Amino acid sequence: MRRRVWNPYVSGALAGVLLVLSVLIANQFLGASTTFARSASVVEETIGIDSSQFEYFTAKNGKYGPGSLPNWQLMFVFGIVIGSFISAIFSGEFKIQSVPDMWSERFGPSPVKRGIVAFIGGVIALVGARLAGGCPSGHGLSGLAQLSVSGFIALAFFFIGGLISANLIYGMQRR
Amino acid sequence: MSLIYGVATGIIFGFLLQKAQVLRYDKQVGALRLIDMTIFKFMLSAIVVGSIGIYLLKDLGLIELKLKATSIGAQVVGGALFGIGWGLLGYCPGTAGGALGEGRLDGLWGILGMICGGAVYAVIYPFMKTYVISIGSFGKISVPEIIGVNHWIVVIAFGIITLVAFRFFESKNL
Repeated sequence: MRRRVWNPYVSGALAGVLLVLSVLIANQFLGASTTFARSASVVEETIGIDSSQFEYFTAKNGKYGPGSLPNWQLMFVFGIVIGSFISAIFSGEFKIQSVPDMWSERFGPSPVKRGIVAFIGGVIALVGARLAGGCPSGHGLSGLAQLSVSGFIALAFFFIGGLISANLIYGMQRR
Repeated sequence: MSLIYGVATGIIFGFLLQKAQVLRYDKQVGALRLIDMTIFKFMLSAIVVGSIGIYLLKDLGLIELKLKATSIGAQVVGGALFGIGWGLLGYCPGTAGGALGEGRLDGLWGILGMICGGAVYAVIYPFMKTYVISIGSFGKISVPEIIGVNHWIVVIAFGIITLVAFRFFESKNL
């Protein structure tokens, strides 16, 4: 517990055990992206936009609509923030940083520039995840652990899309 | 009770992600630039252990699978779009909040972007449903079902391929 960094194979294997226990105890596979779509419907309702005008938020008995929150997955996503905070504090790794090192080396220290690209990336990523039906947690981890065909295709294309955009913005040269 | 399980599972997951340094932009984009495979070591280890546990419990009749429907159009187009956004953001939906938890404020912009992305998807959903999700739609299918073998053969094969990949990562210091 005291070691600052854990081996990624061991941590990953423990995450696999966590997935299995979550399915056994709570009947919940891990996933995250749907929460952001559901949150969008709640934000729309809060600022006075009728979310029910969108078929997506009423489809499947409102599975993605404002009435679906709070639920298991929302709490899971909040839990990740708390767990990461606890771990970072205990290992002395908590550090306020608005621009990642790799980004700063290549694109400079401007938090505005980084913020704009992160925001746009977030919009595109979530549209893609909802179209694909999941993210690296839902399709990648939970989907592949079930040997789902959808998980294999989605994860392959997550990687292909990421290879394209990361290498385009950083240039093809290594390091 | 479901909410308590959710937050407890999230706390443990966030703890593990932080300890393995998976929540870092440099590690996520490092994997996409093929210079640091940390996130794939974490993820593939989780998948291999998860697949053994899930199929064991399924064989014992303790759980049921919840497969996501396969649509070639949705997973190819959506997957590639997700990847493009992931390369720009440097976090995924599960790790953006975790990044914020360890003090990475750019995770917050990503979270706001993803909520907007949810609103955008709701607007374009009717189009996607008609023209993209309908392409190559096969329903809830698994790899052992389509190739017609026992699921343990696929679990073991996947495990072996993963171990070979790990050996490769270590030999190249990735």
